[in-house]
Amino acid sequence: MWFLDGVFFQRESAMPQPSISKTMTTSESGLAFIFAVAAFLCLIASAKALDAPFAFHAGLSAAASLAAVFFIINRYYDRPAALPPAEINGRPNYNMGPIKFSSFMAMFWGIAGFLVGLIIASQLAWPALNFDLQWIQFGRLRPLHTSAVIFAFGGNVLIATSFYVVQKSCRARLAGDLAPWFVVLGYNYFILIAGTGYLLGVTQSKEYAEPEWYADLWLTIVWVTYLLVFLGTILKRKEPHIFVANWFYLAFIVTIAVLHLGNNPALPVSIFGSKSYIAWGGIQDAMFQWWYGHNAVGFFLTAGFLAIMYYFIPKRAERPIYSYRLSIIHFWALIFLYIWAGPHHLHYTALPDWTQTLGMTFSIMLWMPSWGGMINGLMTLSGAWDKLRTDPVLRMLVVSVAFYGMSTFEGPMMSIKVVNSLSHYTDWTIGHVHSGALGWVGFVSFGALYCLVPWAWNRKGLYSLKLVNWHFWIATLGIVLYISAMWVSGILQGLMWRAYTSLGFLEYSFIETVEAMHPFYVIRAAGGALFLIGALIMAYNLWMTVRVGEQEVQMPVALQPAE
Amino acid sequence: MKAILTLDNLASGLVTTIWTPVFVAIFLAIVAYAFWPRNKAAFDEAARLPLREE
Amino acid sequence: MSFWTRHQVFEKNSIILIVGILLVIAIGGLAEITPLFYLKSTIEVVDGVRPYTPLELAGRNIYVREGCYLCHSQMIRPLRDEVERYGHFSLAAESMFDHPFQWGSKRTGPDLARVGAKYSDDWHVTHMTNPRAIVPQSVMPGYPFLSSTEVDPSTIADHMRTLRTVGVPYSDDQVANAAADMKAQADPDNAGTDAFTKRYAKAVVRNFDGKAGTPTEMDALIAYLQMLGTLVDFKLYNEKANLR
Repeated sequence: MWFLDGVFFQRESAMPQPSISKTMTTSESGLAFIFAVAAFLCLIASAKALDAPFAFHAGLSAAASLAAVFFIINRYYDRPAALPPAEINGRPNYNMGPIKFSSFMAMFWGIAGFLVGLIIASQLAWPALNFDLQWIQFGRLRPLHTSAVIFAFGGNVLIATSFYVVQKSCRARLAGDLAPWFVVLGYNYFILIAGTGYLLGVTQSKEYAEPEWYADLWLTIVWVTYLLVFLGTILKRKEPHIFVANWFYLAFIVTIAVLHLGNNPALPVSIFGSKSYIAWGGIQDAMFQWWYGHNAVGFFLTAGFLAIMYYFIPKRAERPIYSYRLSIIHFWALIFLYIWAGPHHLHYTALPDWTQTLGMTFSIMLWMPSWGGMINGLMTLSGAWDKLRTDPVLRMLVVSVAFYGMSTFEGPMMSIKVVNSLSHYTDWTIGHVHSGALGWVGFVSFGALYCLVPWAWNRKGLYSLKLVNWHFWIATLGIVLYISAMWVSGILQGLMWRAYTSLGFLEYSFIETVEAMHPFYVIRAAGGALFLIGALIMAYNLWMTVRVGEQEVQMPVALQPAE
Repeated sequence: MKAILTLDNLASGLVTTIWTPVFVAIFLAIVAYAFWPRNKAAFDEAARLPLREE
Repeated sequence: MSFWTRHQVFEKNSIILIVGILLVIAIGGLAEITPLFYLKSTIEVVDGVRPYTPLELAGRNIYVREGCYLCHSQMIRPLRDEVERYGHFSLAAESMFDHPFQWGSKRTGPDLARVGAKYSDDWHVTHMTNPRAIVPQSVMPGYPFLSSTEVDPSTIADHMRTLRTVGVPYSDDQVANAAADMKAQADPDNAGTDAFTKRYAKAVVRNFDGKAGTPTEMDALIAYLQMLGTLVDFKLYNEKANLR
């Protein structure tokens, strides 16, 4: 595959070799051995499997382990005797291969995830689209959508950008030789297992933590390696200071590890079967779940992407961050307050009142650091606002921060118990999530990828800024349609549920409220389709950027700026 | 809520009361640290870090 | 030398930064979660709540597998309209044996916490096979394949043993007779029904899907739905004693 040329092996580092004999490193031989053993064990597990999905996953894992062995050995034969040096001529020899791979996967999963989102939105508008088929009915596709956009798209964006930012801001080559590859390939393999599992009905039903025990164990190994690679790079940095973006990345990586372990302790019925039962039950399970669920928002979808904001906006705007001091306060206040906010997902439930009150209080307080961060991001543009007119990539990044501000105002408002009594269980929540997901996470990721792809592939610029502009406007229109449809349907449904006739009877049956949702579900699907079209334009643009580089801009000679 | 002093009430009361001053103190310490005059130069330097690469 | 300039601890030392992050995020989680394990007031004292029968458990696993929780909550809030629409608000005790919990977060369809005994088995079979045959405006997917898939009574005891390890009080008797109980609950003519109903209070024995032979997934799912919210007798429930 031409686009991965020079990805797996950095040919530019093949300098005149000192004559040393080529041997396998301990990590090469060790990892190849471990994967060979794993392939054998997976094969046994596949043969002894109690259920078909487990047999499939074990078989797939055996094949993947063999592929890993082949990859390691093949890579060994292709590489020069000496490992890539940390520096060439006094300049860091950055490792771009895993970043390129993760960027590519981000775009791939993004489109897949948006497409599945469009499908399930359409299923709610036209239920015949479920086709009475087990594998593609709404209940199985919905986790596929959420995992594909959050963990597959978002996760790959975070891994790609974090590996880039940590290298550049530490002026050091990524730690490890095989380890970064283990992280990006292992993480995407986790996505594959999780996603195919949902289609086959393998789920532990905890929202955003649906993968079963064996996928969870695998993710734990990958995630610890991710932490070690990231930390290892920081430890060998040439800069005395750890740049604030790396604080946010570190908080994201560490906290996600803690959340993952806290929410997923499950006991499998058999080690040869996919089904497990979670250690927590009832009310404690609910609290653990939403402690996890809300902080997946706080640390995966917020802290991680704030790290992108703190690096990519200054870099693209060519201005330092507005206030570095504010960023320090932002960091500590945000990570401290976020972790308390989970119980607002459980207002008026059987969770004790004191827990609900705590959750609400901290959620409201969270508004402050969130807006502190937003101001910090936006004000970085002060004195360079004109760039928003000429640079659609910067515009995308800045608008993402505006969406961040909007949803972090809406969130605290919805966590107030009286508001929540109306909004909870309705589409308002779905709309809120998507103003954050499409507007903030989506746009900041798009902006970052538009920056990252030319940088990582060593291109002068993007293939076409005009296409970025098209992407921006089509996607923005899509978001506006989506979230306004969900506001109306959510508030409408909430009000219909609690409407009484003058005689004191409930005015609407449940099914009447479902019927009233139909036009908004159609509008929502249209919004999602626009967002998907934008992403397809982006994929084409990035593809052409890698392939042909910056497009010749036809500019009349007279308009050339005077030097 | 009953106003009787039981272990339950005490425990949930503690969670919501004694921590507040502790958290405020920690927060003020972070603010002081961020705005300490002597740190200004170091922070300004740090803020320029992404811009002076390569 | 000032304390602050000498110790730019966090920016200069990544390990201290990690420790700082861990401490800061630990506070909120510990303060909110750990009391739920030791405060006695967290779960009400209620009679009647029992672990699921083998058939109900199999049905619950189908409910989980098909992602029903994504559109149906099982948590009635103490708000006037909800109590009038769905019944008494949900108690923590009613889901104390639920691994995992199924409170849900979205009501694309109605709450199911007390759907038990509200509709006939026939209604459920028709509705599950083709929701629009019975509710024309429904947007629920059809699940016709449930009727043609049999459940496997041979492994259900392993499931109950696993649940017992994580804290669900299944008796030895219940585990030992799991497979037989599963068949008995879906077959009123089965010789084991009397022993079964003694093992599980208030359990309903019916041929849920109306078809003879080994229980199907349809039997299991309907058995589960028909017991939801039926275990606690609210005429006997002491609300004052459980005020929190």
